[in-house]
Amino acid sequence: MAQLECKGLTIAFEDRTLYEDLSFAIDAGDYVFILGSNGAGKTTLVKTLLGLRKPQGGEISIDDKLKEKGIGYLPQQKVMQRDFPASVMEVVTSACSGKRAQRREQALNALDRLSVKDLSEKSFMELSGGQQQRVLLARALCAAGGMLLLDEPVAGLDHTTTSEFYSMIKDLNKNDGITILMISHDIEAARRYATHILYISSEPEFMTAKKFFEHMEEIHE
Amino acid sequence: MSDTIDTLRYYFQFEFVRNALIVGVLISICAALLGVTLVLKHFSYIGDGLSHVAFGVMCIASVLKIANANALVMPVTIVCAILLLRTGQNTKIKGDAAIAMISVGSLAAGYMLMNIYGTSTNLTGDVCSTLFGSTSILTIKRTDVWLCLTVFVIVVTVFVLFYRKIFAVTFDEDFARASGINVNLYNNMIATIIAVVIVMAMNMVGSLLISALIIFPALSAMRVFKSFFKVTVCAAIVSLICAVAGILISILAETPVGATIVSTDMAVYFLFAGAGAIKGRVN
Repeated sequence: MAQLECKGLTIAFEDRTLYEDLSFAIDAGDYVFILGSNGAGKTTLVKTLLGLRKPQGGEISIDDKLKEKGIGYLPQQKVMQRDFPASVMEVVTSACSGKRAQRREQALNALDRLSVKDLSEKSFMELSGGQQQRVLLARALCAAGGMLLLDEPVAGLDHTTTSEFYSMIKDLNKNDGITILMISHDIEAARRYATHILYISSEPEFMTAKKFFEHMEEIHE
Repeated sequence: MSDTIDTLRYYFQFEFVRNALIVGVLISICAALLGVTLVLKHFSYIGDGLSHVAFGVMCIASVLKIANANALVMPVTIVCAILLLRTGQNTKIKGDAAIAMISVGSLAAGYMLMNIYGTSTNLTGDVCSTLFGSTSILTIKRTDVWLCLTVFVIVVTVFVLFYRKIFAVTFDEDFARASGINVNLYNNMIATIIAVVIVMAMNMVGSLLISALIIFPALSAMRVFKSFFKVTVCAAIVSLICAVAGILISILAETPVGATIVSTDMAVYFLFAGAGAIKGRVN
Protein backbone atom coordinates (compact mmCIF):
# COMPACT_ATOMS: atom_id res chain seq x y z
CA MET A 1 0.00 0.00 0.00
CA ALA A 2 1.15 3.52 -0.73
CA GLN A 3 2.27 5.70 2.18
CA LEU A 4 -0.17 8.43 1.21
CA GLU A 5 -2.93 8.16 -1.34
CA CYS A 6 -5.49 10.62 -2.63
CA LYS A 7 -8.55 9.66 -4.61
CA GLY A 8 -10.73 12.11 -6.52
CA LEU A 9 -9.71 15.06 -4.40
CA THR A 10 -11.51 18.39 -4.89
CA ILE A 11 -9.70 21.40 -3.51
CA ALA A 12 -11.39 24.74 -2.92
CA PHE A 13 -10.19 28.03 -1.47
CA GLU A 14 -12.96 29.85 0.32
CA ASP A 15 -15.89 29.26 -2.05
CA ARG A 16 -13.95 28.85 -5.27
CA THR A 17 -13.18 25.35 -6.50
CA LEU A 18 -9.57 25.30 -7.65
CA TYR A 19 -9.40 21.82 -9.14
CA GLU A 20 -11.24 18.53 -9.09
CA ASP A 21 -10.56 14.83 -9.28
CA LEU A 22 -6.94 14.79 -8.22
CA SER A 23 -5.66 11.27 -7.60
CA PHE A 24 -2.14 10.23 -6.77
CA ALA A 25 -0.21 7.81 -4.59
CA ILE A 26 3.08 8.47 -2.87
CA ASP A 27 5.33 5.62 -1.75
CA ALA A 28 7.83 5.66 1.08
CA GLY A 29 11.11 7.24 -0.03
CA ASP A 30 9.65 9.31 -2.87
CA TYR A 31 10.86 12.87 -3.41
CA VAL A 32 7.94 14.84 -4.80
CA PHE A 33 8.07 18.42 -6.01
CA ILE A 34 4.75 20.25 -6.02
CA LEU A 35 4.95 22.80 -8.81
CA GLY A 36 2.43 25.30 -10.15
CA SER A 37 1.78 29.01 -10.37
CA ASN A 38 0.89 31.26 -7.45
CA GLY A 39 -2.67 30.84 -6.27
CA ALA A 40 -3.06 27.48 -8.00
CA GLY A 41 -3.70 25.84 -4.64
CA LYS A 42 -0.42 24.24 -3.59
CA THR A 43 -0.44 25.39 0.03
CA THR A 44 -4.15 24.59 0.26
CA LEU A 45 -3.39 21.05 -0.92
CA VAL A 46 -0.62 20.63 1.64
CA LYS A 47 -2.87 21.90 4.42
CA THR A 48 -5.53 19.45 3.29
CA LEU A 49 -3.04 16.57 3.36
CA LEU A 50 -2.08 17.58 6.90
CA GLY A 51 -5.72 17.57 7.95
CA LEU A 52 -5.73 21.33 8.65
CA ARG A 53 -8.72 21.73 6.38
CA LYS A 54 -11.27 19.40 4.91
CA PRO A 55 -11.23 18.59 1.20
CA GLN A 56 -14.37 19.58 -0.65
CA GLY A 57 -14.57 16.08 -2.05
CA GLY A 58 -12.61 12.87 -2.38
CA GLU A 59 -10.57 11.04 0.18
CA ILE A 60 -7.07 10.88 1.58
CA SER A 61 -5.69 7.68 3.04
CA ILE A 62 -2.52 7.53 5.07
CA ASP A 63 -0.97 4.21 6.03
CA ASP A 64 -1.09 3.25 9.69
CA LYS A 65 2.63 3.50 10.26
CA LEU A 66 2.77 7.09 9.02
CA LYS A 67 -0.42 8.00 10.84
CA GLU A 68 1.08 6.83 14.10
CA LYS A 69 4.40 8.61 13.67
CA GLY A 70 3.03 11.74 12.06
CA ILE A 71 3.95 13.98 9.17
CA GLY A 72 6.57 16.69 9.70
CA TYR A 73 5.58 20.10 8.43
CA LEU A 74 7.66 23.14 7.54
CA PRO A 75 5.17 25.95 6.93
CA GLN A 76 5.69 28.91 4.66
CA GLN A 77 7.81 31.56 6.35
CA LYS A 78 5.78 34.16 8.19
CA VAL A 79 6.65 37.72 9.05
CA MET A 80 5.46 37.35 12.61
CA GLN A 81 8.03 34.79 13.63
CA ARG A 82 10.86 37.22 13.05
CA ASP A 83 10.27 39.22 16.22
CA PHE A 84 9.20 36.39 18.47
CA PRO A 85 11.11 35.86 21.72
CA ALA A 86 11.92 32.16 21.66
CA SER A 87 15.09 30.17 22.04
CA VAL A 88 15.98 27.56 19.43
CA MET A 89 15.51 24.89 22.07
CA GLU A 90 11.99 26.13 22.85
CA VAL A 91 11.06 26.10 19.17
CA VAL A 92 12.32 22.58 18.50
CA THR A 93 11.09 20.98 21.73
CA SER A 94 7.60 22.32 21.00
CA ALA A 95 7.31 19.44 18.54
CA CYS A 96 8.76 16.80 20.86
CA SER A 97 6.92 14.67 23.35
CA GLY A 98 7.76 12.84 26.55
CA LYS A 99 9.50 14.08 29.68
CA ARG A 100 11.62 17.22 29.73
CA ALA A 101 14.92 15.37 29.43
CA GLN A 102 13.60 13.20 26.60
CA ARG A 103 12.31 16.24 24.72
CA ARG A 104 15.67 17.96 25.05
CA GLU A 105 17.52 14.89 23.82
CA GLN A 106 15.15 14.48 20.89
CA ALA A 107 15.57 18.12 19.94
CA LEU A 108 19.35 18.02 20.24
CA ASN A 109 19.47 14.93 18.03
CA ALA A 110 17.40 16.64 15.35
CA LEU A 111 19.56 19.79 15.51
CA ASP A 112 22.69 17.66 15.37
CA ARG A 113 21.32 15.79 12.35
CA LEU A 114 21.11 19.14 10.53
CA SER A 115 24.49 20.28 11.90
CA VAL A 116 23.10 23.20 13.89
CA LYS A 117 23.47 21.76 17.37
CA ASP A 118 25.62 24.73 18.39
CA LEU A 119 22.65 27.05 17.89
CA SER A 120 20.50 25.32 20.53
CA GLU A 121 20.83 28.03 23.19
CA LYS A 122 20.60 30.94 20.74
CA SER A 123 17.61 33.18 20.28
CA PHE A 124 15.56 32.10 17.28
CA MET A 125 14.87 35.63 16.10
CA GLU A 126 18.54 36.54 15.92
CA LEU A 127 19.43 33.73 13.51
CA SER A 128 19.91 34.21 9.79
CA GLY A 129 17.14 33.14 7.42
CA GLY A 130 18.97 29.95 6.50
CA GLN A 131 19.61 29.02 10.12
CA GLN A 132 15.98 29.67 11.01
CA GLN A 133 14.84 27.35 8.25
CA ARG A 134 17.19 24.65 9.53
CA VAL A 135 15.82 25.02 13.03
CA LEU A 136 12.25 24.78 11.72
CA LEU A 137 13.27 21.74 9.71
CA ALA A 138 14.65 20.21 12.91
CA ARG A 139 11.30 20.90 14.53
CA ALA A 140 9.53 19.21 11.61
CA LEU A 141 11.88 16.22 11.98
CA CYS A 142 10.91 15.86 15.63
CA ALA A 143 7.28 15.57 14.62
CA ALA A 144 7.96 13.38 11.57
CA GLY A 145 7.81 9.65 11.30
CA GLY A 146 8.51 9.10 7.65
CA MET A 147 7.34 12.11 5.73
CA LEU A 148 8.15 15.81 5.50
CA LEU A 149 5.91 18.42 3.92
CA LEU A 150 7.89 21.53 3.06
CA ASP A 151 6.17 24.71 1.88
CA GLU A 152 8.61 26.81 -0.16
CA PRO A 153 11.49 26.13 2.21
CA VAL A 154 14.12 28.03 0.23
CA ALA A 155 12.10 31.17 -0.50
CA GLY A 156 14.22 34.20 0.31
CA LEU A 157 17.43 32.27 0.93
CA ASP A 158 20.63 33.14 -0.92
CA HIS A 159 22.21 30.85 -3.49
CA THR A 160 24.71 29.06 -1.23
CA THR A 161 22.23 28.58 1.61
CA THR A 162 19.68 27.25 -0.86
CA SER A 163 21.98 24.59 -2.26
CA GLU A 164 23.06 23.60 1.26
CA PHE A 165 19.42 23.27 2.21
CA TYR A 166 18.67 21.11 -0.83
CA SER A 167 21.55 18.76 -0.17
CA MET A 168 20.43 18.42 3.44
CA ILE A 169 16.92 17.44 2.32
CA LYS A 170 18.37 15.02 -0.22
CA ASP A 171 20.45 13.46 2.55
CA LEU A 172 17.36 13.00 4.75
CA ASN A 173 15.55 11.46 1.81
CA LYS A 174 18.35 9.11 0.78
CA ASN A 175 19.93 8.09 4.07
CA ASP A 176 16.98 8.25 6.44
CA GLY A 177 14.41 7.15 3.87
CA ILE A 178 12.13 10.10 4.63
CA THR A 179 9.52 10.84 1.99
CA ILE A 180 9.69 14.45 0.84
CA LEU A 181 6.85 16.59 -0.51
CA MET A 182 8.07 20.04 -1.35
CA ILE A 183 6.26 23.04 -2.73
CA SER A 184 8.67 24.98 -4.88
CA HIS A 185 9.08 27.29 -7.84
CA ASP A 186 12.56 26.01 -8.49
CA ILE A 187 12.30 23.97 -11.66
CA GLU A 188 16.05 23.31 -11.81
CA ALA A 189 16.04 21.79 -8.34
CA ALA A 190 13.04 19.70 -9.34
CA ARG A 191 14.98 18.41 -12.34
CA ARG A 192 17.89 17.55 -10.10
CA TYR A 193 16.21 15.99 -7.07
CA ALA A 194 12.61 14.98 -7.73
CA THR A 195 11.46 11.45 -8.35
CA HIS A 196 7.91 12.63 -8.99
CA ILE A 197 6.21 15.87 -9.92
CA LEU A 198 2.77 16.98 -8.82
CA TYR A 199 1.85 19.81 -11.13
CA ILE A 200 -0.99 21.91 -9.75
CA SER A 201 -3.25 23.82 -12.12
CA SER A 202 -6.96 23.70 -12.88
CA GLU A 203 -6.15 20.24 -14.25
CA PRO A 204 -3.51 18.88 -11.90
CA GLU A 205 -1.23 16.05 -12.93
CA PHE A 206 0.98 13.60 -11.10
CA MET A 207 3.78 11.78 -12.91
CA THR A 208 7.37 10.67 -12.57
CA ALA A 209 9.93 13.43 -12.88
CA LYS A 210 11.40 11.73 -15.94
CA LYS A 211 8.10 11.81 -17.77
CA PHE A 212 7.40 15.38 -16.70
CA PHE A 213 10.66 16.75 -18.05
CA GLU A 214 10.44 14.73 -21.29
CA HIS A 215 7.00 16.17 -21.75
CA MET A 216 8.28 19.67 -21.06
CA GLU A 217 11.06 19.33 -23.60
CA GLU A 218 8.60 18.14 -26.22
CA ILE A 219 6.60 21.31 -25.73
CA HIS A 220 9.71 23.44 -26.05
CA GLU A 221 10.83 21.81 -29.30
CA MET B 1 11.91 58.22 55.15
CA SER B 2 10.48 57.20 58.51
CA ASP B 3 7.61 59.58 57.77
CA THR B 4 6.88 57.61 54.61
CA ILE B 5 6.91 54.34 56.51
CA ASP B 6 4.67 55.79 59.18
CA THR B 7 2.20 56.99 56.56
CA LEU B 8 2.14 53.57 54.92
CA ARG B 9 1.79 51.84 58.26
CA TYR B 10 -1.12 54.10 59.02
CA TYR B 11 -2.87 53.29 55.78
CA PHE B 12 -2.24 49.57 55.98
CA GLN B 13 -4.13 49.39 59.23
CA PHE B 14 -7.24 49.60 57.09
CA GLU B 15 -8.50 46.41 55.59
CA PHE B 16 -9.63 48.05 52.36
CA VAL B 17 -6.10 49.26 51.61
CA ARG B 18 -4.69 45.79 52.14
CA ASN B 19 -7.45 44.36 49.95
CA ALA B 20 -6.69 46.88 47.23
CA LEU B 21 -3.04 45.87 47.25
CA ILE B 22 -3.84 42.15 47.07
CA VAL B 23 -6.37 42.56 44.26
CA GLY B 24 -4.09 44.90 42.34
CA VAL B 25 -1.18 42.50 42.46
CA LEU B 26 -3.24 39.44 41.52
CA ILE B 27 -4.92 41.13 38.57
CA SER B 28 -1.68 42.64 37.32
CA ILE B 29 0.05 39.26 37.27
CA CYS B 30 -2.86 37.65 35.40
CA ALA B 31 -2.90 40.47 32.85
CA ALA B 32 0.84 40.23 32.30
CA LEU B 33 0.79 36.46 31.76
CA LEU B 34 -1.95 36.77 29.16
CA GLY B 35 -0.27 39.83 27.71
CA VAL B 36 2.72 37.89 26.47
CA THR B 37 0.53 35.68 24.30
CA LEU B 38 -1.72 38.50 23.16
CA VAL B 39 1.12 40.84 22.18
CA LEU B 40 2.82 38.07 20.23
CA LYS B 41 -0.40 37.13 18.49
CA HIS B 42 -0.73 40.80 17.50
CA PHE B 43 -3.78 41.21 19.69
CA SER B 44 -2.39 43.95 21.90
CA TYR B 45 -5.49 46.00 21.42
CA ILE B 46 -7.94 43.32 22.48
CA GLY B 47 -7.76 44.50 26.09
CA ASP B 48 -8.90 47.92 25.03
CA GLY B 49 -11.64 46.56 22.81
CA LEU B 50 -13.01 44.20 25.42
CA SER B 51 -13.00 46.75 28.19
CA HIS B 52 -15.08 49.04 26.01
CA VAL B 53 -17.47 46.18 25.44
CA ALA B 54 -17.61 45.70 29.20
CA PHE B 55 -18.23 49.44 29.60
CA GLY B 56 -21.10 49.34 27.12
CA VAL B 57 -22.71 46.34 28.80
CA MET B 58 -22.19 47.90 32.21
CA CYS B 59 -24.18 50.92 31.01
CA ILE B 60 -26.96 48.69 29.77
CA ALA B 61 -26.97 46.88 33.10
CA SER B 62 -27.23 50.15 34.98
CA VAL B 63 -30.03 51.40 32.73
CA LEU B 64 -31.91 48.15 33.24
CA LYS B 65 -31.16 48.48 36.97
CA ILE B 66 -29.67 45.02 37.20
CA ALA B 67 -28.32 44.66 40.70
CA ASN B 68 -25.43 42.34 39.91
CA ALA B 69 -24.01 43.95 36.76
CA ASN B 70 -21.25 41.36 36.41
CA ALA B 71 -23.82 38.65 35.74
CA LEU B 72 -24.53 40.39 32.45
CA VAL B 73 -21.14 41.98 31.74
CA MET B 74 -19.07 38.82 32.15
CA PRO B 75 -20.84 36.50 29.67
CA VAL B 76 -21.21 39.18 26.98
CA THR B 77 -17.54 40.13 27.25
CA ILE B 78 -16.48 36.47 27.06
CA VAL B 79 -18.52 35.93 23.91
CA CYS B 80 -17.01 39.05 22.33
CA ALA B 81 -13.50 37.90 23.27
CA ILE B 82 -14.01 34.54 21.60
CA LEU B 83 -15.45 36.17 18.49
CA LEU B 84 -12.61 38.69 18.29
CA LEU B 85 -9.87 36.10 18.60
CA ARG B 86 -11.64 34.06 15.96
CA THR B 87 -11.85 36.87 13.40
CA GLY B 88 -8.08 37.01 13.62
CA GLN B 89 -8.00 33.74 11.73
CA ASN B 90 -10.52 34.92 9.18
CA THR B 91 -8.87 36.62 6.25
CA LYS B 92 -12.01 38.52 5.29
CA ILE B 93 -12.16 40.70 8.38
CA LYS B 94 -8.84 41.82 9.76
CA GLY B 95 -8.52 41.42 13.52
CA ASP B 96 -7.60 45.05 14.17
CA ALA B 97 -10.59 46.40 12.26
CA ALA B 98 -12.96 44.09 14.13
CA ILE B 99 -11.57 45.16 17.48
CA ALA B 100 -11.71 48.85 16.58
CA MET B 101 -15.29 48.47 15.38
CA ILE B 102 -16.58 46.69 18.48
CA SER B 103 -14.54 48.93 20.76
CA VAL B 104 -15.78 52.34 19.62
CA GLY B 105 -19.24 50.97 18.86
CA SER B 106 -19.92 49.79 22.38
CA LEU B 107 -18.33 52.90 23.88
CA ALA B 108 -20.69 55.12 21.91
CA ALA B 109 -23.74 52.94 22.54
CA GLY B 110 -23.00 52.72 26.26
CA TYR B 111 -22.51 56.44 26.71
CA MET B 112 -25.61 57.24 24.73
CA LEU B 113 -27.77 54.87 26.77
CA MET B 114 -26.44 56.34 30.00
CA ASN B 115 -27.21 59.81 28.75
CA ILE B 116 -30.75 59.09 27.64
CA TYR B 117 -31.92 56.72 30.34
CA GLY B 118 -29.42 57.33 33.09
CA THR B 119 -30.83 58.08 36.52
CA SER B 120 -27.64 59.30 38.14
CA THR B 121 -27.25 63.00 38.86
CA ASN B 122 -23.52 62.86 38.33
CA LEU B 123 -23.35 61.30 34.87
CA THR B 124 -19.96 62.69 33.86
CA GLY B 125 -18.47 61.50 37.11
CA ASP B 126 -19.90 58.01 36.66
CA VAL B 127 -18.63 57.69 33.12
CA CYS B 128 -15.28 59.15 34.01
CA SER B 129 -14.74 56.69 36.85
CA THR B 130 -15.66 53.75 34.61
CA LEU B 131 -13.20 54.93 32.00
CA PHE B 132 -10.27 55.81 34.22
CA GLY B 133 -10.85 53.65 37.25
CA SER B 134 -12.06 55.14 40.44
CA THR B 135 -11.35 55.16 44.07
CA SER B 136 -13.62 52.14 44.08
CA ILE B 137 -10.49 50.03 44.26
CA LEU B 138 -10.43 51.30 47.82
CA THR B 139 -13.91 49.97 48.50
CA ILE B 140 -13.06 46.42 47.54
CA LYS B 141 -14.89 43.90 49.67
CA ARG B 142 -13.54 40.69 51.07
CA THR B 143 -15.66 38.65 48.62
CA ASP B 144 -13.98 40.50 45.74
CA VAL B 145 -10.62 39.48 47.11
CA TRP B 146 -11.66 35.83 47.15
CA LEU B 147 -13.04 36.11 43.61
CA CYS B 148 -9.74 37.59 42.45
CA LEU B 149 -7.77 34.93 44.21
CA THR B 150 -9.84 32.21 42.53
CA VAL B 151 -9.32 33.71 39.09
CA PHE B 152 -5.61 34.15 39.81
CA VAL B 153 -5.25 30.49 40.79
CA ILE B 154 -7.12 29.43 37.64
CA VAL B 155 -4.97 31.60 35.36
CA VAL B 156 -1.70 30.45 36.88
CA THR B 157 -2.79 26.81 36.83
CA VAL B 158 -3.76 27.06 33.18
CA PHE B 159 -0.39 28.60 32.39
CA VAL B 160 1.58 25.96 34.26
CA LEU B 161 -0.43 23.01 32.93
CA PHE B 162 -0.70 24.15 29.32
CA TYR B 163 2.48 26.20 29.05
CA ARG B 164 3.91 24.14 26.19
CA LYS B 165 0.62 24.12 24.29
CA ILE B 166 0.23 27.87 24.75
CA PHE B 167 3.74 28.40 23.41
CA ALA B 168 3.08 26.15 20.40
CA VAL B 169 -0.21 27.88 19.59
CA THR B 170 1.31 31.33 19.98
CA PHE B 171 4.47 30.62 18.02
CA ASP B 172 3.00 28.85 15.02
CA GLU B 173 -0.70 28.08 14.80
CA ASP B 174 -0.43 26.09 11.59
CA PHE B 175 2.29 23.85 12.90
CA ALA B 176 0.48 23.39 16.19
CA ARG B 177 -2.66 22.38 14.35
CA ALA B 178 -0.70 20.01 12.11
CA SER B 179 0.77 18.31 15.16
CA GLY B 180 -2.70 17.61 16.47
CA ILE B 181 -3.14 20.40 19.02
CA ASN B 182 -6.69 21.65 19.32
CA VAL B 183 -5.81 25.25 18.50
CA ASN B 184 -9.36 26.58 18.72
CA LEU B 185 -9.79 25.16 22.19
CA TYR B 186 -6.71 27.00 23.46
CA ASN B 187 -7.65 30.22 21.66
CA ASN B 188 -11.09 30.13 23.25
CA MET B 189 -9.58 29.35 26.62
CA ILE B 190 -7.26 32.36 26.39
CA ALA B 191 -10.14 34.54 25.18
CA THR B 192 -12.35 33.51 28.09
CA ILE B 193 -9.66 34.13 30.66
CA ILE B 194 -8.75 37.51 29.22
CA ALA B 195 -12.40 38.58 29.30
CA VAL B 196 -12.72 37.60 32.96
CA VAL B 197 -9.50 39.39 33.91
CA ILE B 198 -10.54 42.54 32.06
CA VAL B 199 -13.94 42.76 33.70
CA MET B 200 -12.28 42.33 37.08
CA ALA B 201 -9.58 44.85 36.35
CA MET B 202 -11.98 47.53 35.15
CA ASN B 203 -12.71 48.67 38.68
CA MET B 204 -9.06 49.13 39.33
CA VAL B 205 -7.62 50.99 36.38
CA GLY B 206 -10.75 51.66 34.34
CA SER B 207 -11.54 50.64 30.82
CA LEU B 208 -9.26 53.13 29.08
CA LEU B 209 -6.14 52.01 30.90
CA ILE B 210 -6.60 48.26 31.20
CA SER B 211 -4.64 47.62 27.98
CA ALA B 212 -1.58 49.02 29.71
CA LEU B 213 -1.60 46.23 32.30
CA ILE B 214 -1.72 43.70 29.48
CA ILE B 215 0.88 45.05 27.09
CA PHE B 216 3.50 46.98 29.08
CA PRO B 217 4.96 44.14 31.17
CA ALA B 218 5.20 41.89 28.09
CA LEU B 219 6.80 44.61 25.98
CA SER B 220 9.27 45.48 28.76
CA ALA B 221 10.29 41.85 29.16
CA MET B 222 10.69 41.41 25.40
CA ARG B 223 13.20 44.28 25.36
CA VAL B 224 15.64 42.37 27.53
CA PHE B 225 14.88 38.66 27.23
CA LYS B 226 14.82 36.55 24.10
CA SER B 227 13.19 33.33 25.21
CA PHE B 228 9.48 32.76 25.73
CA PHE B 229 9.91 31.31 29.18
CA LYS B 230 12.07 34.17 30.45
CA VAL B 231 9.76 36.76 28.89
CA THR B 232 6.72 35.20 30.57
CA VAL B 233 8.34 35.01 34.01
CA CYS B 234 9.85 38.49 33.70
CA ALA B 235 6.55 40.02 32.60
CA ALA B 236 4.81 38.58 35.65
CA ILE B 237 7.49 39.89 38.00
CA VAL B 238 7.59 43.33 36.38
CA SER B 239 3.83 43.55 36.63
CA LEU B 240 3.87 42.58 40.29
CA ILE B 241 6.49 45.19 41.14
CA CYS B 242 4.71 47.91 39.19
CA ALA B 243 1.37 47.15 40.83
CA VAL B 244 2.85 47.31 44.33
CA ALA B 245 4.89 50.41 43.55
CA GLY B 246 1.97 52.09 41.80
CA ILE B 247 -0.42 51.52 44.66
CA LEU B 248 2.09 52.65 47.30
CA ILE B 249 2.95 55.77 45.33
CA SER B 250 -0.70 56.59 44.80
CA ILE B 251 -1.30 56.37 48.55
CA LEU B 252 1.68 58.56 49.38
CA ALA B 253 1.28 61.09 46.60
CA GLU B 254 -2.50 60.96 46.62
CA THR B 255 -2.66 60.31 42.88
CA PRO B 256 -5.30 58.20 41.08
CA VAL B 257 -4.53 54.51 41.54
CA GLY B 258 -4.99 53.26 37.96
CA ALA B 259 -3.06 56.04 36.30
CA THR B 260 -0.22 55.68 38.79
CA ILE B 261 0.15 51.95 38.17
CA VAL B 262 0.17 52.51 34.42
CA SER B 263 2.73 55.32 34.73
CA THR B 264 4.97 53.01 36.74
CA ASP B 265 4.61 50.35 34.04
CA MET B 266 5.55 52.91 31.44
CA ALA B 267 8.62 54.08 33.36
CA VAL B 268 9.78 50.48 33.71
CA TYR B 269 9.31 49.98 29.98
CA PHE B 270 11.71 52.83 29.20
CA LEU B 271 14.14 51.47 31.75
CA PHE B 272 14.03 48.04 30.10
CA ALA B 273 14.27 49.52 26.62
CA GLY B 274 17.49 51.25 27.71
CA ALA B 275 18.79 48.07 29.31
CA GLY B 276 17.94 46.12 26.16
CA ALA B 277 19.82 48.59 23.99
CA ILE B 278 22.89 48.38 26.22
CA LYS B 279 22.67 44.58 26.30
CA GLY B 280 22.41 44.48 22.52
CA ARG B 281 25.50 46.66 22.16
CA VAL B 282 27.52 44.53 24.57
CA ASN B 283 26.65 41.40 22.61
